Amino acid sequence: MNSLIRTTARCLRSGAAVCVSRPAHGRVWSASARLLCSAADFQKDLGEMVKKDKVVVFMKGTPAQPMCGFSNAVVQILRMHGVDNYASYNVLEDQELREGVKVFSNWPTIPQVYFNGEFVGGCDILLQMHQNGDLVEELKKLGVRSALLDTEKEAK
Amino acid sequence: MHLFLAGMAVSADHIRDKLTKELAAVHVDVEDTSQNRCATSFKVLVVSPQFEGKPLLQRHRMVNTCLAEEMKEIHAFEQKTLTPEQWEKQKQQ
Repeated sequence: MNSLIRTTARCLRSGAAVCVSRPAHGRVWSASARLLCSAADFQKDLGEMVKKDKVVVFMKGTPAQPMCGFSNAVVQILRMHGVDNYASYNVLEDQELREGVKVFSNWPTIPQVYFNGEFVGGCDILLQMHQNGDLVEELKKLGVRSALLDTEKEAK
Repeated sequence: MHLFLAGMAVSADHIRDKLTKELAAVHVDVEDTSQNRCATSFKVLVVSPQFEGKPLLQRHRMVNTCLAEEMKEIHAFEQKTLTPEQWEKQKQQ
């Protein structure tokens, strides 16, 4: 709990809105506008959404306020590795997103993590990757240096 | 015999049986975590030689596919997938 308070305070101090859940395409999608789009269009939108940013997370709640233990775990793991600049989409705000992303990823649960447009998995997979060192490697491939590499250096 | 799952609560035993049968699992643990999540939830450990040489995502997809029907009724799902060798190693730790 303390670490959550510390990191939230850090977000506020930096003044950067890095943890804000962004709507698709940077535009605000109203519920009625969404209804006009077909399900196929939405799948296409998701295809673009997952490619727009290096790290994309579909979750319940926001990084600042996760609304589910599994989503929170993903947020905490990314935070531990110093990954703050990721796109996050709150499925609780949008039922079509919540169902659409499950179809898109062919994955039944939320949270869902994408690296470079490629589906990585959910909380279980991210946790195992974190524990076995794979996450540091995958982040390196994205051109992201894990913060854990630096903390190891300091410890030596 | 055709099993109708609609309206029937998914049980830990059912999940264990299905995983064992369809993934040739040598060991399956199914924990009903529903009371932690206030809805039908399970945590499973599946040990199968079929996971050999397959990356995590592929293993998890195998489990998801096996339980595709049940997933419709399940709210939350955690899984751990190991090869028999990995499981032996883990037991020794």
